[in-house]
Amino acid sequence: MADTLRELLSEEELIGFYEQMVLCREFEESCAEQYSKGHITGFLHLYSGQEAVAVGCTAGLQQKDYILSAYRDHAQAIVRGADPKKVMAELFGKATGLCKGKGGSMHLFAPQLNFMGGYAIVGGQFPIAVGLAWGGQLLEEDRVTACFFGDGSMNQGTFHESLNWARLWDLPVLFICENNFYGIGTEVHRASAQAALHRRTCGYDIPSEKVDGMDVIAMYQATKRAAEWVRERQRPYFIEAVTYRFRGHSMSDPAKYRSSSETDVWKSRDPIINLSRRLLEEGIATQERLDEITKRCLARVEESVRFAEESPWPEDAEVWEDIYV
Amino acid sequence: MSEMTYRDAINQALKEEMRRDKTVVTYGEDVALYEGAFKVTRGLLSEFGELRVRDCPISENTIVGVAVGAAMAGVRPVAELMTVNFALLAMDQIVNHMAKVRYMFGGQTTVPMVIRMPGGGGSQLGAQHSQSLESYFMHCPGMLVAYPATPADAKGLLKSSIRDDNPVIFLEHELLYNSKGEVPEDPEFLVPFGQAAVMTEGDQVTLVGYGRMAILALQAAQQLEKEGVSCEVIDLRTLAPLDMDTVLASVKKTGRAMVIEECWKSAGLGGDIASRIYEGCFDTLLAPVRRVSGLDVPMPYSRKIEKLCIPQVDGIVQGVRDLLNEPY
Ligand SMILES: Cc1ncc(C[n+]2csc(CCOP(=O)(O)OP(=O)(O)O)c2C)c(N)n1
Ligand SMILES: [Mg+2]
Repeated sequence: MADTLRELLSEEELIGFYEQMVLCREFEESCAEQYSKGHITGFLHLYSGQEAVAVGCTAGLQQKDYILSAYRDHAQAIVRGADPKKVMAELFGKATGLCKGKGGSMHLFAPQLNFMGGYAIVGGQFPIAVGLAWGGQLLEEDRVTACFFGDGSMNQGTFHESLNWARLWDLPVLFICENNFYGIGTEVHRASAQAALHRRTCGYDIPSEKVDGMDVIAMYQATKRAAEWVRERQRPYFIEAVTYRFRGHSMSDPAKYRSSSETDVWKSRDPIINLSRRLLEEGIATQERLDEITKRCLARVEESVRFAEESPWPEDAEVWEDIYV
Repeated sequence: MSEMTYRDAINQALKEEMRRDKTVVTYGEDVALYEGAFKVTRGLLSEFGELRVRDCPISENTIVGVAVGAAMAGVRPVAELMTVNFALLAMDQIVNHMAKVRYMFGGQTTVPMVIRMPGGGGSQLGAQHSQSLESYFMHCPGMLVAYPATPADAKGLLKSSIRDDNPVIFLEHELLYNSKGEVPEDPEFLVPFGQAAVMTEGDQVTLVGYGRMAILALQAAQQLEKEGVSCEVIDLRTLAPLDMDTVLASVKKTGRAMVIEECWKSAGLGGDIASRIYEGCFDTLLAPVRRVSGLDVPMPYSRKIEKLCIPQVDGIVQGVRDLLNEPY
């Protein structure tokens, strides 16, 4: 990397990236603990390892831009601005949750932040992203729609239908593939005939690039550039973020299908450690400052757990609410 | 009032609502330039232009999903699926997304969209193009289902559907497109959801139908009247919500009920309605509720045997006679 961090971003921004990534990591680790205690139930997919993608991409977008994600969505929502307390309460199934306890881990939603949802049907968010982009274009709102999805979802029909459609109608969608190399236990090359995923967009005439998804600065720069390209040209673009999840697919997955040496290599590229090393090397932050940040994040996460624990359950009558307007 | 076809009534509803509200847009396969496989969208492209009337790829699941997203963004899409049979390719976006997002996101979004789908059997189109899937849609909470029988209801219900903030499945019967009827011209003419229509009053048997089945029920009632049998014909008009109040009030009066459904009998809406009738007026029933249903077979092509699989007026008439002779 030729540039120094200071030439690229302000100190405040860099420290902000670090703090967001740490907050997400600590939030997820806390979720694992709460799951083992039985406070969080159902499916729980953690984001640990992939933080650079959510943090870098979100920073490269504008607040008015729409974001959609799959079910691995806690970090996406929190980085967008969702209150960790409300996210944790949602995971606990409490009435104070982001979606009143009716969505759960996989279905976070915060329309006032333009976070348009976590979707648990693999590939289900593609058409909705295209529709949001079309709606925003018709209403002349100048929004980019950023659609996040996993490598595995690229084998769904909706992926093909939606990329074709987005280019055919020239809609401002930024497709961001979080390639963590696995769809549950199936490695990319065992599911995709073309394992270089970014190359799959040529059939839809959508330009694409591959970015280091363990490097928050690279993710930020690529997204910012791509989002402006999409906004200006009103055309879709595709980013493949190469990343890795440190934990199993969900809490019930011991991840036996991958070797510890593979995991070790990726852990040595931990996006948080990566950034902290550079911050220290370039004298942007001291170790004390970084420790302060970690402490602050831990306190926020603990506060969110307390909030979730103390929150009331939904009323029984809530089951009948929100089916129809 | 003016007389027009069911097709033109739907066309008029689309035009009126698109004139009234600039956020109403429509699209589908061959909807714009070709003006619809059934020519329902005739004249729309020329009047409203290609931003609001669009052709799209043959991608049913995405047709529905795009409407979900666009509706969440604040426009009012009316998407056409070329026929109801192809909705099966879109069941993921219909059931898992369209009908769920409001609820699972805790009421934080609305999905004001309509999916129009021509369907039904009787045109010798074979097993893959003759299905009646209304029970599939009724089964799932989170969406409204309309199935008009008359041109006036087609217009009034479509206008209500477009103005409604809930997602609507709007079923149109292919064999009704050329049927004619009086249609109000008032641009504020709306038919509300959840209100069945009593097509004709009677006191011996209640016939419950919807879509083309309501028309057949009416024809059967007219024939039975000549035999001195008095039928009350109810057109449900919307299947979700279902107006059981009107049905139960009628059955309490007549004591006998028959449901005419074009869908398959097994796990079909007729069984559900019959069960609700038993629950609601068991004491007043003079005979078991009857069902005249589509046969539980894939639709055959040949005219001679296709007829056996779809409710016919004769079958309804005979069924009513049998119902009156039940030894109770
Ligand atoms: C339509 C559908 N099929 C199967 C599943 C079960 N499932 C849940 S996640 C998953 C793997 C998806 O992998 P990927 O898209 O790479 O996302 P990641 O979990 O790696 O973030 C599968 C098969 C599902 N939720 N939806
Ligand atoms: Mg994956």
